[in-house]
Parts: sequence; structure tokens; C-alpha cells
Amino acid sequence: MRKLDYAGAIREATTQEMERDSRVFVYGIGVPTWSSIFGTTKGIPEKFGKERCFDTPISEDAMTGFGLGAAIRGLRPIHVHIRVDFMILATNQLINMVSNYTYSTGGKLKVPLVVRAVIGRGWGQGAQHSKALFSNFTHIPGLKVIAPTTPSDMKGMMIAAIRDDNPVICFEHRWLYWAEEDVPEEPYEIPLGVGRILRPGKDVTVVGLSWMNVEARLAADILAKRGVSVEIVDPRTLAPLDENLIVESVKRTGRCIIADCDWVDSGFSAELSARINEKCFGKLKAPVKRIGFAQTPAPTVRELENEFYPNAKTIVHAVEDMLGLEAANLDGEDFFSHERRFRGPF
Amino acid sequence: MKDEAIYRRLFRTALLIRLVEERIIELYPSDKIQSPVHLSIGQEAVAVGVCDGLKPDDLVFATYRSHGFYIAKGGSLDAMFAELYGRKGGVSGGKAGSMHLAAPEVGLMGSSAVVASTIPHAVGAALSFKRRGLSQIAVAVFGDGATEEGVYHESLNFAALMKVPVLFLCEDNGLAVHSHRPVRQSYRLAEHAASFGIASRRLEEGWDMLAIRQATLEAAAKVRAGEPFVLEIVTSRYKEHVGVGEDFHFNYRTSDGVDAWKRRDPLIVDQKLVATLRPDIEREIEAAVAFAEASPAPGRDELLADVI
Ligand SMILES: Cc1ncc(C[n+]2csc(CCOP(=O)(O)OP(=O)(O)O)c2C)c(N)n1
Ligand SMILES: [Mg+2]
Repeated sequence: MRKLDYAGAIREATTQEMERDSRVFVYGIGVPTWSSIFGTTKGIPEKFGKERCFDTPISEDAMTGFGLGAAIRGLRPIHVHIRVDFMILATNQLINMVSNYTYSTGGKLKVPLVVRAVIGRGWGQGAQHSKALFSNFTHIPGLKVIAPTTPSDMKGMMIAAIRDDNPVICFEHRWLYWAEEDVPEEPYEIPLGVGRILRPGKDVTVVGLSWMNVEARLAADILAKRGVSVEIVDPRTLAPLDENLIVESVKRTGRCIIADCDWVDSGFSAELSARINEKCFGKLKAPVKRIGFAQTPAPTVRELENEFYPNAKTIVHAVEDMLGLEAANLDGEDFFSHERRFRGPF
Repeated sequence: MKDEAIYRRLFRTALLIRLVEERIIELYPSDKIQSPVHLSIGQEAVAVGVCDGLKPDDLVFATYRSHGFYIAKGGSLDAMFAELYGRKGGVSGGKAGSMHLAAPEVGLMGSSAVVASTIPHAVGAALSFKRRGLSQIAVAVFGDGATEEGVYHESLNFAALMKVPVLFLCEDNGLAVHSHRPVRQSYRLAEHAASFGIASRRLEEGWDMLAIRQATLEAAAKVRAGEPFVLEIVTSRYKEHVGVGEDFHFNYRTSDGVDAWKRRDPLIVDQKLVATLRPDIEREIEAAVAFAEASPAPGRDELLADVI
């Protein structure tokens, strides 16, 4: 096997599906231009031409409705938004139309539409380029919602999403684009709705969402040095949720921390917490704890960004708190810094 | 002679904007400005000509590319650099950065990085002027790409129905990030506006500050009388969409268009006047940078302040 990064996994999944199925096409603002959505659509316009990979006017709402129309008449569109913050201009179509089309037609019409949305921190992106908004979409019946963390998960889940006859929203954290691992070259599917234990452990379960799984791994390495064994569960698909996997893990460890890269209030972490409380009540040794953004709009300045975004340190301290351990001195630890790869401007 | 004095005033502000942005280019590699910057170099004449044609209490609603409008409206330079640095002394205490500059104290009511999203705000503010019997006007500033959003069309329609004093100002640099206008648009702004009964004007000479000022004076007079107006000004973005570099090596455009524009750009052509004004402007900029450097970083208390 060869190494592939997360952006490459998306590119490869898209390319392979476009080769296999002439109904598949990919479009969105900037999709065929040189910057190619963090490289995820690079080479696709050259290979498949303008009919199957095209730019659009800055008209997210109409372009989503257009995707629905194409999807119910035999095509399989992939619509890309370079920020989830811009996808919200399309929420009428997504929430009033796409999500309930199959239901409203008594199952006669399916909407095989994939909508990709980039999330995550850059620097100084401020309040309009930094959201995640998972729960805005998991709240809605009729939408599948995925947020793969690893490149191999991404490739298999993207292929599954494209082949799925239902609308799928895919959240992609921009820092994950650089992540590399062995990814099989041939096309394969990872079924949607199946979670994954990223790391087995026995003292505490950390349910990580998207990027927070990377932070959770770092935190788990640090805690392992002190004899604390962390189990990391990546739901991968947020809707439909692999509830059983999470519940079984929490029953084993008796403790759960949910690490989200989104706001906590009414966020996806609230849904997870509710389900865990319902299903694990007698087994919990401590109340479920949630980690996420500060409940403020994202500030622009670095000092406040650092307060706003959770990271591995936040997870380490939450675990210590839950286990009644002294807070460790983390000065010598090597934390992830996006600036090793990112120096602006966007 | 009077024109000469006006020209000099406009020129000075345009040069100030350019030198401020050139200073930002110098500073950027130091990572002191950790925020995306969308430079208006090449487009300064629009902000300067328009704002000079407005009255001081007329309001502007702008975009992420608004260093020019901030300065042309008279925003504090100290507070601007401190904002870019993310310091407490920033115009929004470091919470806004370059993309969300706002200085309501001088009539810049806000700027948004979600394309087209401030256009209807100008219509609402204009309605308020009308209701309260004021003679102010509101200006919606947006790029050519922003007219592709439904909200542009909806805003024009409502402004026409309500007959509110709003000026729709389109900065047409022909680009939306790396996409050229013909790929994105099948309409012409003037004809589109006319279908709402809204008068418009397209000015090709977007380097000509006096012409822009004159066009604004004429448009603003109509707007003040209660007729919305669309003013489209052709302009040229010299730098990359976001960031401080050039972008010709990305091969999505050649430098020909920009080179042709530069041959008419007064800030390049009129080097004599540049030389006369430059030292004083540079002192002003250095003082603002020093202010930003000395301004403290905000702390955790500020994170939670002003949410509601
Ligand atoms: C609603 C929305 N969609 C997409 C984007 C991404 N985007 C940022 S700037 C831009 C181009 C806008 O072009 P234009 O309005 O002509 O302004 P210019 O940058 O040329 O000044 C795009 C598509 C965005 N910020 N907001
Ligand atoms: Mg433009």
C-alpha cells in the first residue's frame, strides 16, 4: 500500500467513482479552479471535462436546489462548499427540500446528493469562517451526516456516500487534509452508520468528533505515560449514529468525555450525552463531560482563539478531573500546532 | 483650481490606502497579522472617489475587502493597525480583524466575509432614514460576484418597492477569487436594475478618482431624493484574492489587464505628487504601527464580553 493524505483520499474516491459511474459529477464555487478546494478536486476537470466538473455562480441556495433536481432525474451530484459557513445559505434547500423529498413522495423519489463542507480553524478566520454546525444537520431527519477522521475512512466513506441513494452531508476539517496514512488503491466502501474504535482503552471513553480525534490521540499518549488508559471512539457517521458502539464502550469504562469541535450548547455533544445517559445510567462512575468551543462567536485574535478552541490539553485536563488526578505539568509535551503547515493567509 | 485641490485631497487618501496596504505586505511575513487580508491595491480610487462624494454622515456597509473604505470614511489608522494585530486598542478590540472592519463612529457600519450579506443591511438603514425623515443615504458596497446571490436581487426589488435612499455600489474587478465574470454571469447589471425601475451607471474609468467622485455626487443626489441607484465601477485587483502576494503564476489570469490598468493608475503615473505626499503619510503609518505594537493583547475576560 502507499500513503495518501486525506485530501488525496477525497480526490481518489471522487475520481474512481466518476470513472465507474458517468452519472457522478462534482461542482461548486471554485471547484475546477487552480486552488481546487484544498487540492481535493485537483486534476478532475482535466480528466472529466467541464460537463462533469464545473464552477458555479456565487448562488449556494439555487445550486443546492439544482443538485436536488439533477439527483431526482438520474444524476449523482457532489456539491462542494469551501466553508460550512457558506453552506448555510443553502439551508432552505437542504432542510426544507432535500431532507424530506423521499418522505414527501412516499419513497418514489430518491436524492443521491453528496454535499461536502469544509470546517475548522485557520488563523484569524473570525466568526464567519470557523463553524462546524454538525447538530444543525443531524437534527434533521432524512439527511445522512458524516465526518470521517482518517484518510482511509474518508476514502471508503466518500465512496459509500456517492453510491448512497440518500443525501449525505460530509464535514471535512481542514487540518485533516494533511493527515497521511496507508490507503488501499482500489475502490472500497466503508458503510455509513458504523463507528470505529480508534484506540482501545479501559479507564475512560473519549468520543471524538472529526479533528478532535487527533487531539484525543495526543491526549491519550500523554495520559498513558501516567498509567491512564483512554479508549477513543470515532462515530465517523453522526447520522445515523452507531449508538451501540459508543454505549458498549462507555459501559466498559464507566466514564465518558465527548470532545467536539463545535459549540457545546445544543451541539452534537448534547445528543451524544443524552443517549449515553439514557443507555448507561447505572454504569456511569461520573457524569458525562463535554468539551467544545467557548459559547461565543469565534474571535479573530490569536490569544482569544486559543481560549476559544479546545485541544489535547483540554482533553487531558478533563480526564484528570474525572479521575480525580492532579493536573499534570504539560510544558514538556509536544502539542499539535497547525502552524507547522499553515502560515496564512487563509 | 478647485478641482486641483480636490484631486490632491483624493490622491492623498488613495495613496494613504496604498501605502497602508504595502505596509501590511511588509509586515505579513512576521506573522504579526494573523488573519486573512484581502487587499484593495488597484481598487483604491473607488473607495476614495465614492466616500468623497458622500456626506460624512452617509453610511457604508462593506465587505472583507474594505481597508480602503475604512480609511476613506475616516476610520482611525491607529485602531485599524491594532485591529489587524489583534490588540485591545483595535477598532473592535481584536475580535474583527481585517475581514470585519467596522467603525460606526465614522459611518462604516460593518463588513462581512459572507459574500453579499451586507447588501440588505443598507436597504434597512435606508428605510430607517426615510422613516425618520433624515437626509442621509446608505451605501451597499459589494463585488461583481456578490450580484450572483439571490439577496442582491431581493434587495434591489425591495429597495425599489420602498423607494428608500440606498446606493448599490458594485466594485467590478471581473473576478471572484479565481473565477472570471463570464463564467458566472449571463446578465448585465444595468439591464437587470432597469427591470426594477432602478437607474444605474457603469463607469469604465475606475482609476479616475475625480470621475468616480462626480458620478457618486450625481448618484447620491438622486438617491437622497428617494430613488435607489446602482453604480457600477470597473476596477482592477492587482494582488491575489486573499493574501499579500501576486497571483499571475497560478495561470488563471495574465498580468496584461493589470499592466494596462497600472499605466493609468494615478498612484503610479503621478510620481511627483507621490514623492511630495509620501513622507508625511509614512510618518502617519509608522505611528499607527507603533500604536498597534504597544497595544496589549486581549485576555480571557474579553473572550466572553459583548456576546450579548
Ligand atoms: C456566501 C459565500 N460564498 C462563497 C464565499 C467564498 N468567497 C469569498 S470571496 C468570493 C468572491 C467574491 O467576489 P466579488 O464579490 O466579486 O468580490 P471581490 O473579492 O472580487 O472583491 C467568494 C466566492 C463567501 N465568502 N461567501
Ligand atoms: Mg470581484
